[in-house]
Amino acid sequence: LATLGVTLCGVDLPNPLILASGILGTEAELMARVAQAGAGAVTAKSCSLQPRTGHPNPTVLAWEHGLINAVGLANPGVAAEVEELRRTKTLIQHLGTALIASVFADTVEHFAQVAAQISQADPDLIEINISCPNVHDEFGTPFAADAGAAAEVTAAVKEAIGGADGHADGGADGYADGGKDSIPILVKLSPNVADIASIARAVEAAGADGITAINTLTGMIIDVHARRPILANRSGGLSGPAIRPLAVRCVYDIYQAVDIPIVGVGGVSSGRDAVEMIMAGATAVGIGSAVYDLGPEAFGRILDEMVALMTELGYEHIEEMRGAAHREPVQAAQ
Amino acid sequence: MNTSLPQVAHVASITDESTRVRTLALDLHLQAEPGQFIMAWLPGLDEKPFSLVRAEPVTLTIARVGPFSSAVHALDSGDRLWIRGPLGAFFQLPAVVPPTGALLLVGGGYGVAPLHFLSERALSAGWRVDMIIGAKTAEDVIFVERFQTLGAKVAITTDDGSLGQHGVATDTARRLLDQGAYQALYGCGPEPMLQAVETLAKSLHLPAQLSYERYMRCGFGICGSCARGGWRVCKDGPVKSVDVQIPALLHSALAGSQDNLFTQEPIDET
Repeated sequence: LATLGVTLCGVDLPNPLILASGILGTEAELMARVAQAGAGAVTAKSCSLQPRTGHPNPTVLAWEHGLINAVGLANPGVAAEVEELRRTKTLIQHLGTALIASVFADTVEHFAQVAAQISQADPDLIEINISCPNVHDEFGTPFAADAGAAAEVTAAVKEAIGGADGHADGGADGYADGGKDSIPILVKLSPNVADIASIARAVEAAGADGITAINTLTGMIIDVHARRPILANRSGGLSGPAIRPLAVRCVYDIYQAVDIPIVGVGGVSSGRDAVEMIMAGATAVGIGSAVYDLGPEAFGRILDEMVALMTELGYEHIEEMRGAAHREPVQAAQ
Repeated sequence: MNTSLPQVAHVASITDESTRVRTLALDLHLQAEPGQFIMAWLPGLDEKPFSLVRAEPVTLTIARVGPFSSAVHALDSGDRLWIRGPLGAFFQLPAVVPPTGALLLVGGGYGVAPLHFLSERALSAGWRVDMIIGAKTAEDVIFVERFQTLGAKVAITTDDGSLGQHGVATDTARRLLDQGAYQALYGCGPEPMLQAVETLAKSLHLPAQLSYERYMRCGFGICGSCARGGWRVCKDGPVKSVDVQIPALLHSALAGSQDNLFTQEPIDET
């Protein structure tokens, strides 16, 4: 039978499925419920130095082919989040589920500060969200839109959490297990750019341990009776099945551009989708909007489908599939 | 995917329940179950959750407490209001066929709204319904005639004794439960009241379902805004079954597991 364990930036995950940030990541017990449902790792909702109430409603809608949201990074602030993450760890540790913190900020300096503070909760990984599309009015163009800005944030965060030395060239599995090395960081990239691979190269060079791709695409839904956008923020981030081929293409491009591992996120809702993402080059796979249709039970279900598909395709380990779509095609066995 | 987008509706009729509480019936019909809620949107203002008083047509009872509810109160007949839903888990009637006996419903303040929908369903299914309406003061007691018109027996309690029994709703509930047999207990209202109803249900080994309120965003269980202890109020709730251990001999008419205590009627989400 196929085995599902993977190593992401030196962190062992029981399986490659990760709860994506912004979905169900608000509360320790809820993340524990997702871990119980089978997730290999859970990502908390992004937090900032100060608490934020986020945008007024409507903030989240479901349309024919996915979701659109502009929650506006509502969060309790990093101090409260550290406590929530500590609670989460105690609840999920026995399951072997990894915990990923997520942070965002308005300036390079604040990114460094919030990352340093969140590391006090000792999460297994820290995701640096430089790509939320929903706070444009407030924060300006996301850092993820510019290679230089993305690299600057990455370098500042690495320095702040004490890992600016020597990890940048280490690649995926170069860490000693269990040591008190700095917490590896994943930099979350935006698809709303001309060339995502160049941004990926820039954050890798700046010391990123891994890349999460992709954040949502900006979109809008207008109510024709009201004659105005439904979301209070007007535009919002598209997620779900509609964006999956785009996410797969981004992961494929990034895989060719960098050596660090990739968490592939975007519209995955079945074992087939997860295998596709891994064949594009992902080490692990984020699950978010699938919870809308499948509930927290999405994780167990997708894992079951993965095992069945891997068996059918003749794979025993996840690594054998990783990047398979990049290799020379094997002679078709007729 | 099933969509969850607001659909336009118009105010068809307006009824004042008190100086601060108003009921609006819309020209929109939904297939919904008692205990479910909708998100009401006023473009440019906000989108907020409200329990359904009735689904056909959609009927909402709204207290004027802030900018959004004030704007809803300012709507005239024919004005537009957008509705997303129905959403959430719903009340279930005991799986006793044919219905024999009575149900006790406890509503605090505006918590009477979803219990009205439940009463209507229960009474038409053949249950007897006793309804306790609890409020701070006489002025806040609403829906008495609505429940009576449906055919429910109504008891009133007020914190200040200005109408009905002086005291809280759960005291009256305890007295009624001592006097008569009920098949199940239902509650909707402020959390301390729900806490008291839960304690009561557990002490009597009586199946109970309670409806909770919380600030919500998506309304369909993905954003986590309304989670409490791993429980998503909008999707796992707002109706929650009290986890009671039923001594099998006492309740042989009811199947063994909690899930079987209430009928499971599938709903079509649109």
